[in-house]
Amino acid sequence: MSDMNKKTVDPGKDNRKIKSVSRMKEIMTHYYIDAKTARESGKKVAWITSGGPVEPLIAMDVIPVYPENHGAMVGASKMGVDLCQKAEEMGYSSDLCSYARADIACAATQGGPIGGLPEPDFLVCCNNICGTVLKWYEVAARYYKVPLFILDTPFIHREMRKEAQQYVMSQIEEYIAFLEAQCGRKMDYDRMTDVGRLAVEGLRLWQAVLDTAAHKPSPITAFDLFFHLGLIVTLRGTQVTVDYYQGLLDEMNERIANNIAMVPGEKYRLLWDNLPVWYKTRWLSDKFASHKACLVADTYTSAWSGVLPLIDEDRFLETMSLSYSQVYINISHDMMIDKLSEMIRKYDADGLVMHSNRSCKPYSLGQYDLQKMVMEQLGIPTLIIEADMVDERHFAESQIETRIDAFMETLKS
Amino acid sequence: MNTKITAGIDIGSITAKAVVMEGDKILGARVQFTGYTAKKAGRDVFDGMLGEIGMPPDRVECIVSTGYGRNSIDFADKAVTEITCHGAGAWFVNPEVRFVVDVGGQDSKVIRLDDSGKVVDFAMNDKCAAGTGRFLEVMARALEVDLDDFGELSLAGIPAKISSICTVFAESEVISLIARGETRENIIAGIHESAASRISAMARRVGLVLPVMMTGGVAKNKGMLAALEKKLDAPIQVSEYAQVNGALGAAILAARM
Repeated sequence: MSDMNKKTVDPGKDNRKIKSVSRMKEIMTHYYIDAKTARESGKKVAWITSGGPVEPLIAMDVIPVYPENHGAMVGASKMGVDLCQKAEEMGYSSDLCSYARADIACAATQGGPIGGLPEPDFLVCCNNICGTVLKWYEVAARYYKVPLFILDTPFIHREMRKEAQQYVMSQIEEYIAFLEAQCGRKMDYDRMTDVGRLAVEGLRLWQAVLDTAAHKPSPITAFDLFFHLGLIVTLRGTQVTVDYYQGLLDEMNERIANNIAMVPGEKYRLLWDNLPVWYKTRWLSDKFASHKACLVADTYTSAWSGVLPLIDEDRFLETMSLSYSQVYINISHDMMIDKLSEMIRKYDADGLVMHSNRSCKPYSLGQYDLQKMVMEQLGIPTLIIEADMVDERHFAESQIETRIDAFMETLKS
Repeated sequence: MNTKITAGIDIGSITAKAVVMEGDKILGARVQFTGYTAKKAGRDVFDGMLGEIGMPPDRVECIVSTGYGRNSIDFADKAVTEITCHGAGAWFVNPEVRFVVDVGGQDSKVIRLDDSGKVVDFAMNDKCAAGTGRFLEVMARALEVDLDDFGELSLAGIPAKISSICTVFAESEVISLIARGETRENIIAGIHESAASRISAMARRVGLVLPVMMTGGVAKNKGMLAALEKKLDAPIQVSEYAQVNGALGAAILAARM
């Protein structure tokens, strides 16, 4: 009876397929093969948190591996529940982040979509995204008996004081010394400068891809961005990433020129907040599309390039202390609402959909306050859906369906 | 004058409701248990209602379905969520109403309306049936009290403290209160207070605006009404069509199509 269940002939479907997807899959496959065969090729592997400074690793020829990216793969391949349960059997609380639970279980059982991650030579943990990573990485350090480097970024309320900048800067120096000790060679600062430039170039191109969604109708949705985000997280600072996003940007511009809408008949433009619900992206995407609603942007995929104004590519290492401390979830609600308002204006959003993510406490804390601020200051309706990024046991489909349908009915009325 | 004949069908988790209208006039209404299949319940409650008033089904020009089973009613012209329908139903009964509290079988919802009856914001209970009709049903069973007497008994008690928000754990709490010799009335009052706290927290989150109307099957429960009035610190109107309010709203929306 709902629009979703009606079978309709859709001649534009092939046109809407993003061609870059296959290239992305190819790059990611190569990347994981390289990481899994690092021992044979004499390379080091470092596990690093999603918001961590990867550029020095790239400059030192270390292969970065992201347990969180892996967690997203677990979620997308719907293996989350089994792995989370396994971790709970091991004694971890069901309230622990589902990325952490899934990853710990994969490490212990060589399970998951790629049979576990390649073992790390050392670990790099930056707490700009949450406090859970500290304990999670300590567990990994004990399990693999490898050294752990912790980069502590202070929470930013309004502005980053000089003392705080110096505090982070001194840790970045320690970080480089740590890498030199682990790799048994000195940092090549010319190489580091090149990597910094490539990182900035990649971030600019990624932001340009995100900006194409400001066009009406949008050539891309947040559900697509969740997938294409992969490289800006994992391989920032490499030529392959720059080339990939240049290709994706060209494709998006071509779609704009040909007026190809990702959501046929786009009528409503929505913003998404928080991580994706990885195991339900297709369902949610179809659900919103059935209401002719396009999720044009989100606070998550824009978090990496959101710090671009803080980076000086000629002083990349120095400005890293600013950019890594001020990522979207390490800032106050006052700063978040500024960013949200900017996005709502830029993408001309009609509504905001917030995923209250049981796993990600720092991202979800205060969403009700943000919701109130958005409704009062910007006058746009918001919807909160309660779920989890990986653990499907926290997703109640019919309840969420009713909420989305009701939200869309209020938007339409 | 609008003489279009329309119907609304509301398939809830426990009961199925139907309303048939001619313009602004309610011609018939029916409530029955949903049972195993939503689809069959929809057909039965619709046919049963029309049978009662002797109306052939082909006279009904437009049908809107709502509730959990809304998408299984294949003979409906449109499916609309219970949020929009409850808003429309309450608005029809009294256009002064700005806030609707609907407590049904497995969900409770609060809806804020604007001057024109449009839904501005809403909230529903999430993944948990505390503060719903089912919660009260489970408790009535644990206390061996008929659900119809449950509200009345509650008015005679001083609320005993029920701290668990989980229906299952609250049931064990009730059992230990019984063991400690707490009176039945006090326990029942405590149960109503606990459910009302959950609902009032949702209402405050959305932003309470007066006047408030309560709809849904639980609106028949006087104890719940009193507990909610106390928690919200506001008088609550009860629609005479409380239990069929969702179906009523659906029939009204069908008239606008």
